[in-house]
Amino acid sequence: MFAFCTDPETLNRAAWMACYLTTGKHVAFYGAFGTVLLLLAVTAPTALAFGFLGAVAARSRLWLVSGIGRVYIALVRGVPDIAFFLFFVIALDQAFEWLRHQVKCPDWDQPIRQGSDFVVCAAAKLPLSTAPQWMHEVYGFLLAVVTFAIVFGAFAANVLFGAMRAVPRAQIETAEAYGMTARQTFWRILVPQMWVYALPGLSNLWMVLIKATPLLFLLGVEDIVYWARDLGGTKTPQFTAYPHGDWRMWYFLALLVFYLGFTRVSEIVLSRLMVRLTHGQATLAGEAQRKAAA
Amino acid sequence: MKKLAFVTAAVALTAGTAFAQDVIRMGTEGAYPPYNFINDSGAVDGFEIELGNELCARAELTCEWVTNEWDSIIPNLVSGNYDTIMAGMSITDEREEVIDFTQNYYPPTESAYVSTMADADVTAGVVSAQAATIQAAHVAESGAALIEFATPEETIAAVRNGEADAVFADYDYLKPIVDASGGELTFVGDRVPLGGGVGMGLRESDAELKATFDAAIGSMKEDGTLNELLVKWFGDEVGTY
Repeated sequence: MFAFCTDPETLNRAAWMACYLTTGKHVAFYGAFGTVLLLLAVTAPTALAFGFLGAVAARSRLWLVSGIGRVYIALVRGVPDIAFFLFFVIALDQAFEWLRHQVKCPDWDQPIRQGSDFVVCAAAKLPLSTAPQWMHEVYGFLLAVVTFAIVFGAFAANVLFGAMRAVPRAQIETAEAYGMTARQTFWRILVPQMWVYALPGLSNLWMVLIKATPLLFLLGVEDIVYWARDLGGTKTPQFTAYPHGDWRMWYFLALLVFYLGFTRVSEIVLSRLMVRLTHGQATLAGEAQRKAAA
Repeated sequence: MKKLAFVTAAVALTAGTAFAQDVIRMGTEGAYPPYNFINDSGAVDGFEIELGNELCARAELTCEWVTNEWDSIIPNLVSGNYDTIMAGMSITDEREEVIDFTQNYYPPTESAYVSTMADADVTAGVVSAQAATIQAAHVAESGAALIEFATPEETIAAVRNGEADAVFADYDYLKPIVDASGGELTFVGDRVPLGGGVGMGLRESDAELKATFDAAIGSMKEDGTLNELLVKWFGDEVGTY
């Protein structure tokens, strides 16, 4: 990075540190913070959408739809995350490739499952093995988003399901008395009011999601914890220009500061959101707001 | 306009199929120096990377390296996410049941115990090893209490902080660490020969690719270039062909 970095052994401490902290590997580490933030920014709304669909399905009067919703919520919540991330992702990837294989290589004569091997034609590979590395990384990232969304969506579905039932019955009855259809009642009365009941549960989920990102490396996405572990590990002079002992503590300390800071920012944003959502609601807090303003 | 886009897409698709076999994705762990590790600039480096690139050059293949966690390195291979494993993986009967190996490119390895105490009891004490390795299997059979870790780094740290009495790993992985520890760590007990050497792992259905790499490794053994690489990365003590 800097011109004076060519021979780190001769440098004083400050210069050595400046060089050390700007190696290509460290730059990748800093970039991983962006990856994690991007993942959260994409996953949170996706998971919320999954959760909303799950909750709506579970409430359905059609027993089949309701059954699907309930099974989704119960099943995904019951499976340990790490098992889900190890096996489900491979299964999901294979399912995509199997579908592409059926479409693109109809005259393929070999079996897809050969012993423990999963073999599809080259054109069905996702991404193609000729694709540049960044496409493989984007694909891995998308698989991560989908997997996170399914897992956290199940929890969110359970929270939203409860929140929908928490909206006072009187509100729904009033809507019906005004002659609103079931659809109108749902979108105009139920959905706007349920968020205030859902937010405490959803904020918990958000906090757990922030800290679940180390699971990313199981999917081949290099996240901050992966880099911290690798950078902090003992480095012998043979393999690096910057040998050092076990510095994992310092790297994890930096991560601790990051996570705590991020949690604090989340808390501030969530409490503001709560104030907004409470506004005009038929809850104790909403009533208190009305009185304070009056 | 739509038609043009369609034609371009069709061309792109057929072009993709035509060259699809020429890019070989090489899976590695990236955390096991000198076999494979991430260097200062953030790229994969090490004995296996240099060897793999040379093998690909000889076989006239385009190769691309990918890193994957050790725990899921075989499932991702058989699922087709990459085509080979070069990750210091010893050839064992158990692994042979699931994947195929080329001939070894590193002679049968010796594993060794390292401890902070010169008189550590490696058959009765607590010994750390990386999970799902031949070393872990050996410790489990030796009568010592085994504690497993996901990465090699953690197995060493366990000895340093006293959680384990000794660590059991490949001699060549431990050697630079012991050398750099300034006397804190020492080899204890006898070295143990384990496994059938380190080979490149491939899917069982990829017989053709296996033959290609087998031939390339054979040619490197014959002209002595493999020995040069071994000495370069592991020092003069290493077993050669």
